Amino acid sequence: MTLSEVTAVTGIAGDFDVTVKESPRYVDVDKCIACGACTDKCPKKVDSEYEAGTGKRKAIYVKYAQAVPLKYQIDPDSCIRLKKPGACGFCEKVCDADAINFDDTEKIHQINVGAVVLAPGFEAYDPTDAKVWGYGVNPNVITAMQLERYLSASGPTEGHLVRPSDGKPASKVAFLQCIGSRDENLCGNGYCSSVCCMYAIKEAVIAKDHVPGLQTTIFYMDMRTHGKDFDLYLERAKEESGVRFVRCRVNGVETDGAGGDLRLSYVNEDGRQIEEFYDVVVLSVGLQTPKHVLELAKNADIKLTADKFAATSDFSPVQTSREGIFTCGAIAGPKDIPQSVVEGSAAAAAVADLLAPARFEFTAEPSFPTEKDVSKEEPRIGVFVCHCGSNIAGVVDVEAVEEYASTLPDVVYVERNLFSCSQDTQDMIAKRIQEQNLNRIVIAACTPRTHEPLFRETLKAAGLNEYLVEMANIRNHNSWVHGATPDMATVKAKDLVRMAAAKVTYGDSLKPIGVSITQKGLVIGGGVAGLTSALNLAEQGFEVHLVERTETLGGNAMNLKHTWSGEHVVTQVTKLIERVLAHDKVIVHKEFSVTHVSGFVGNFISTITGKDGTTKVIEHGAGIVATGGDEYTPKEYNYDSITKVVTSVQFDKLFELKEKHVKQSRKFVFIQCVGSREGDSMYCSKVCCTHSVQSAIALKKENSERSVYILYRDMRTYAQREALYKEARQLGVIFINYELHGKPKVTENGSVIDVEVWDHVLHRPLKIAADMVILATAIRPKEDAAELGKLYKVPVDGHGFFQEAHAKLRPVDFSTDGMFVAGLAHYPKPIEESVAQALAASARAATLLSKKSISLDAIKATVDEDYCDGCALCVDVCPYHAITLVDKVGADGADGKIIVVNKAQCKGCGLCQGTCPKRGVYVAGFTMQQISAQIQAALAV
Amino acid sequence: MLDTKKVGSVMIVGGGVTGMQAALDLADSGYYVYLVEKSGAIGGAMAQLDKTFPTNDCSM
Repeated sequence: MTLSEVTAVTGIAGDFDVTVKESPRYVDVDKCIACGACTDKCPKKVDSEYEAGTGKRKAIYVKYAQAVPLKYQIDPDSCIRLKKPGACGFCEKVCDADAINFDDTEKIHQINVGAVVLAPGFEAYDPTDAKVWGYGVNPNVITAMQLERYLSASGPTEGHLVRPSDGKPASKVAFLQCIGSRDENLCGNGYCSSVCCMYAIKEAVIAKDHVPGLQTTIFYMDMRTHGKDFDLYLERAKEESGVRFVRCRVNGVETDGAGGDLRLSYVNEDGRQIEEFYDVVVLSVGLQTPKHVLELAKNADIKLTADKFAATSDFSPVQTSREGIFTCGAIAGPKDIPQSVVEGSAAAAAVADLLAPARFEFTAEPSFPTEKDVSKEEPRIGVFVCHCGSNIAGVVDVEAVEEYASTLPDVVYVERNLFSCSQDTQDMIAKRIQEQNLNRIVIAACTPRTHEPLFRETLKAAGLNEYLVEMANIRNHNSWVHGATPDMATVKAKDLVRMAAAKVTYGDSLKPIGVSITQKGLVIGGGVAGLTSALNLAEQGFEVHLVERTETLGGNAMNLKHTWSGEHVVTQVTKLIERVLAHDKVIVHKEFSVTHVSGFVGNFISTITGKDGTTKVIEHGAGIVATGGDEYTPKEYNYDSITKVVTSVQFDKLFELKEKHVKQSRKFVFIQCVGSREGDSMYCSKVCCTHSVQSAIALKKENSERSVYILYRDMRTYAQREALYKEARQLGVIFINYELHGKPKVTENGSVIDVEVWDHVLHRPLKIAADMVILATAIRPKEDAAELGKLYKVPVDGHGFFQEAHAKLRPVDFSTDGMFVAGLAHYPKPIEESVAQALAASARAATLLSKKSISLDAIKATVDEDYCDGCALCVDVCPYHAITLVDKVGADGADGKIIVVNKAQCKGCGLCQGTCPKRGVYVAGFTMQQISAQIQAALAV
Repeated sequence: MLDTKKVGSVMIVGGGVTGMQAALDLADSGYYVYLVEKSGAIGGAMAQLDKTFPTNDCSM
């Protein structure tokens, strides 16, 4: 339901009545074919919201080229006709579909639902009113979202970075961080927006890719790249891309002369006043809750925090103050894409928990048109060449590829698309298949890893077998890697298309394989993440086995005191443990670990072995890895030899016990990034800044006479945690920044500990005679993570944390179907993020477990009984143990052997096919005939 | 609870990346989903981005 807003929510959890106001579109969506004739004729131009004001749209428009639904709409605020009846009306005259309806009216819908999920998102801060940045005055001052549009191939400049004032290529670009964030004076947003540091780095790197020799500088206060692999990216941006980073707060931006140049003034780290000149200034604007979302929150009757985000608990991060109403994404605090996607799944889990009894009440299976039998037809190949914006077309001469493709044997139709993956192109391809009677399709675009499923669906929708499509990867394998040699890239693109066409010519219609599902879950690890996942799956109605290696549940959380928002951790975790233990659908196996795994998605068989040597066999359809992490034991700062140098976790215990030494100490020094962000551990442990700040606040609150120092590299109290940082400064905690090359020195000096550090404000070395030094130690992956990974064939990353299938879009899935990850096993994170990820893993697992059977890819090893003589060479090479040797009685009555393939275990890797000396086994979709045709096409030019 | 009625449908307010994920997961596990979007098309802010870290895939 588009153009719709919720105006009231009545009722209770499980049974809400929601009032939805649908604004008029003035275009009949059933009639509109998105031909665009209306927009061509429309005389009224206004700023495009989608282009963030960098481009124009008409009063009748689609939001963007790939919009879903791809239907035009009229903006009543700018339409001439709607403002003045009788005027204009050109769109109505040119619309052949008769879709324009100026008499369209607002509609009110009453909808009965069991739960409501609020995911309205954020708005970017508008820096116009702040004046000091020159935004709205000098056109060369733009926001980060505007830069995204300038960098985009589908944007106003088709990806060319120019000065908006005169269209000249940009040569020096400055990024100013924390515009609309961490600033209560100019905008009233005290919190950190969490995402701007990372997007600024990304934009700076990409801008440098676009414009060779471009100078980019990022002016920042703290570089908050706390997400997975973010610090590695930061280092690469500095070292490889040459992005310059300056730690300061820029005072303001002024126009210099008539040329549109911009003058920045700031005080550098040496205390000098500096002036620099740039031709584009990008404001890294923060995220805030828009007015209409505040209205929505009011209509839904949910509570907000002081920063105007939805209030949630750290232990139920997607549950609002009103039962049955959930949140996900930036409404509950600024967050990045992966965390938003995690929360989307987490909200689904929370809803499923509430509504489990009503599952399948209103759902139906999707249906596709009857598949056409093409086995008797001559091949009629359609080739679709994708521009991928400028990703491909910026390097490869796509028109030449199109022309070439039309000369290939059996190719009867060729077309180019700006984005072959967009919904309108999908519909168009399906239409062409029917129109042109195509029975084989080549998509020359990107990687089948991400996009083949989409094109298979398109074929299905057109009544063609989904396996009659072949992708030629002219992007990842070509335009991305041969950008420097476009002519040769074009030649290679032609080669790839020719090979794909040759292969698909011999393609067969294949049937997906149906596999039944064991509707039970296995959760490995009994910490907060594992407990949360197990409880949620059980509440959804699935039997769950929870395997914990130690004798106690609760994991690392049992060592923690308070979450950042002040909730008592042990109390909450104890409640969680009690609920898990009391649940009749959770079977807890303490002091057990997984020792052997067989099976596959829907049908895993895990053997767990107890400390005493007993074994149990668990059958399960899906598995969640929540094995946690470990605290780093410091080797630095004389932790070994000085007793009053302790870790954060040790300090918490001493502080809570009111230990004598802590009580008597006057000077405390916290040292951040101990074991994080250096050497082989180039990652941020994410929780330590907030932890130290909280401890410092507690120390000051107990006795304000104490001196508390925090020595940090970048203070990463991200999102609403910024309030703690502010509170600590107000309480007099002293923050001293150090760089990696000037790490503090810690030595014992009689009864005190000397801590030496360079003071950036005083510009001289500082020696603090501390009574106690607290080390903010890193979170490390479990040492045996890779071993467990091998059992389930799931990978770990370079640091040893488990690697998800896709950093942004599949943040809790493994690339192995049916396996999911949550908590510290994936990456260091605070409790509320672990809980959200654990819920998300449950939701993802439930999409499998809620089905009795699933269909698997048909690309599987297939035995040719005429040729297989049972030599069994393939049995040993199969890495998935999918092939077994069985007895067979031959046609002549003699006893013999033959192989059988367990299709559900087979991954279609083709090792058997490569090994077989007799052509007795082949992978469907990769027959010898297909591969040979492809190779011949590769060699024959 | 007096009223234990549970309706097997869900309303998701917002068609950005997080709302779409919630909608897909709920639909895939057996619930009827109403996806309510304020603007004329779903996609949200991510659809405006050019490329995303770390794969540089186009956000679309």
